[in-house]
Amino acid sequence: MTFSNAEIWLTILLVGVGTYVIRFSFLGLIGDRPMPAIVLRLLRYTPVAVLPAMVAPLALWPDATGGDVDPVRVTAALATLAMGVWKKHVLWAIGAGAVTLYAGLYLTGQL
Amino acid sequence: MLSATEKSAYFAGIRDGWPFVFVAGPFAMLFGVVAIEAGLSLAQAMGFSVVVIAGASQFAAVQLMVDNASIALVLLAALAVNLRMAMYSAALVPFLGSAPLWQRACVSYLNFDQSYMASVARYETVPMTVPERFWFFIGVATPIAPTWVAFTAVGGLVGTSIPPEYALDFALPITFLAMIGPMLRTLAHVAAAFVSMCVGLVLVGLPSGSGLLIAAACAMITGVIVESWTEKRT
Repeated sequence: MTFSNAEIWLTILLVGVGTYVIRFSFLGLIGDRPMPAIVLRLLRYTPVAVLPAMVAPLALWPDATGGDVDPVRVTAALATLAMGVWKKHVLWAIGAGAVTLYAGLYLTGQL
Repeated sequence: MLSATEKSAYFAGIRDGWPFVFVAGPFAMLFGVVAIEAGLSLAQAMGFSVVVIAGASQFAAVQLMVDNASIALVLLAALAVNLRMAMYSAALVPFLGSAPLWQRACVSYLNFDQSYMASVARYETVPMTVPERFWFFIGVATPIAPTWVAFTAVGGLVGTSIPPEYALDFALPITFLAMIGPMLRTLAHVAAAFVSMCVGLVLVGLPSGSGLLIAAACAMITGVIVESWTEKRT
């Protein structure tokens, strides 16, 4: 990464302050005043709207293979997603992904 | 000094909070590993966990820093991931809105997924005074927050000794994917995730992270449209 030490610290500080402002927003500043229903509705979908767009390219074209599709990594990604949908729990899904990834790497002689 | 009921509310909070240590610990460790992998120092990795104290956004920020996005885009993406906390903040108003400012300031700092969910679950089922609710919230966070920071350090210390064939590059995608599955509670969430993925893949060539923002905006609008559509049908 090309971030300098100072830039990394600045980023940490800004993300921290920004996150705090979000957390403080209603409880601290807005109080009991009502907010538009459409805003609350949009907010409901933020995590699920951001993460897939971020992760899909990482899973399909990983840096580790120079951006080529890696069957092992794609399989591990699908296993992670499937276990997450099934068990509804982050740790189960991480476990499934890790096991699939290492089994795949071992079977294809990469480990 | 705390009154007897405030003290028992605090300890009840600790009881409800401590199982989450088993989620926060490994997750924090992974963040430590990923952050060091990305080129952050141990102090910077821990700085993230102390100052930001929000898992998904910390991973997102580090990933975009690796991609050499601008600071503005790193900030925008990380905060977009954390926007759900505005909802948490709004949802706590009926329970803690009349607490003193310093208490609301503390709760805001410690308002993350687990503390929010455990507390609201309690507030909705057990009648409590506002001070009791405050101490319960602090109790829930008491075991989780220090675990988050400490295990970031553990991950940072262990991470550098792990060789590349162990594919730690994929720890971050797996963690994100693992977070998506449990979020797919309704058809609207599934539709939003699908649109996010498709638009994200199509726009991957756009400069550092701007495709992500367009994809997120499309996905949020999709979620709202599908939600109102399914509501009309039922």
